[in-house]
Amino acid sequence: MTLADKANIQDNLRSVLETVSDPEIPVLTVLDLGVIREAIEVDGIVQIKLTPTYSGCPAMDVIGDDLKAAFESIGQKAEIDLVLSPAWTTDWISEEGKRKMEEYGIAAPLEETADKDVLLGNAKLVKCTNCGSKNTHLVSQFGSTACKALFKCDDCQEPFDYFKCLK
Amino acid sequence: MDLYNYILGIADNSLILGQRLGELCGHGPNLETDIAITNISLDLIGQTRSYYQYAAKLVGEGKTEDDVAFLRLEREYRNVLLVEQPNTNFGYVMARQFLFDVYHLILMEKLQYSEDQNLMAVAKKGIKEVSYHKRFSSDWIKRLGDGTAESHGKIQEAIDDLWRFTDELFQLTDSDKAMVELGVGVDVSELKAEYYTQVSQILEEATLTVPESKYFTKGGKEGIHTEHMGFILSELQYMQRTFPNMKW
Repeated sequence: MTLADKANIQDNLRSVLETVSDPEIPVLTVLDLGVIREAIEVDGIVQIKLTPTYSGCPAMDVIGDDLKAAFESIGQKAEIDLVLSPAWTTDWISEEGKRKMEEYGIAAPLEETADKDVLLGNAKLVKCTNCGSKNTHLVSQFGSTACKALFKCDDCQEPFDYFKCLK
Repeated sequence: MDLYNYILGIADNSLILGQRLGELCGHGPNLETDIAITNISLDLIGQTRSYYQYAAKLVGEGKTEDDVAFLRLEREYRNVLLVEQPNTNFGYVMARQFLFDVYHLILMEKLQYSEDQNLMAVAKKGIKEVSYHKRFSSDWIKRLGDGTAESHGKIQEAIDDLWRFTDELFQLTDSDKAMVELGVGVDVSELKAEYYTQVSQILEEATLTVPESKYFTKGGKEGIHTEHMGFILSELQYMQRTFPNMKW
């Protein structure tokens, strides 16, 4: 992770930010997901820079509203600025986030080369979130949301989501 | 105004194709494909929003992305004719997507070096999404082309039929030229050779014949659309015209 990847988040705001989660993957907070690029207090107003995972992610508007509401509930005003650059990458999902995601039933993104191999059907590397087997195959390049692909385990036969690597 | 027109020239393609794909929601040939098509639609409409928000800011006067998306007349839409063509059958949907995706990706790869910070940011974000779209549509071209006699025939027919809309992708409007001059816009006429090389490669891999027809039709970039456009707009604009000022 380079310096530009690091989000600028004021420490005393973290506890509030942690209460806001992704409406599509409720186990992940916005901090786990890495979509908050900046959160600082300027003249008593919390200024938040939010970046979308995918351009059309419908969760963004909801996350923005939820953030405002979370700060409002402790009597603070928050302003949201949607930023596109630098573009979000799955590297910004925290290790803790990846662990929670797996527990929730979504396989965490592999690194770039491995991701390409599995999505092209050249390798079996995605671990089934149900039984842990790597004997899995891609069912569809697109899953229930833009950020996921659909996989199926050939051992336990369970279908599951895989969070695609995005760089 | 040139910048505004230039943005619409790119954004309207994503809007209209996104709308076309959205029509298939719940009608895909199987669940996975249905979801894939609407996911692509969502990406395109997401990109459109970023462009329109920027375009609305340029106009000022309290205009919003909704005004840009929904309250223009047919002649004011700048999309190419290719993207407004109907969902005749699944072969057409994939052929249209493929012929557009190859172009879209080459364009985004150039646009990411635009002197305009907003366009640069949308392009950089878009590249990741569009390359995934291209992979999906290319795979289907190969699968249908190299599939059964029936799928081969249908996809060849779709490619042959839609071929006449490809040349328009590389035409420059006056606004495009002005933006190229400033280093903001991409000179799409220079992308033509690369485009046809890439398209031909995949068509050949799919055991399909690359059309040789030199008959091309154009007009979308100047606001002169095919008869399909009015039907798209009446559905697209219905809610906004019925309930003015609603937000999407």
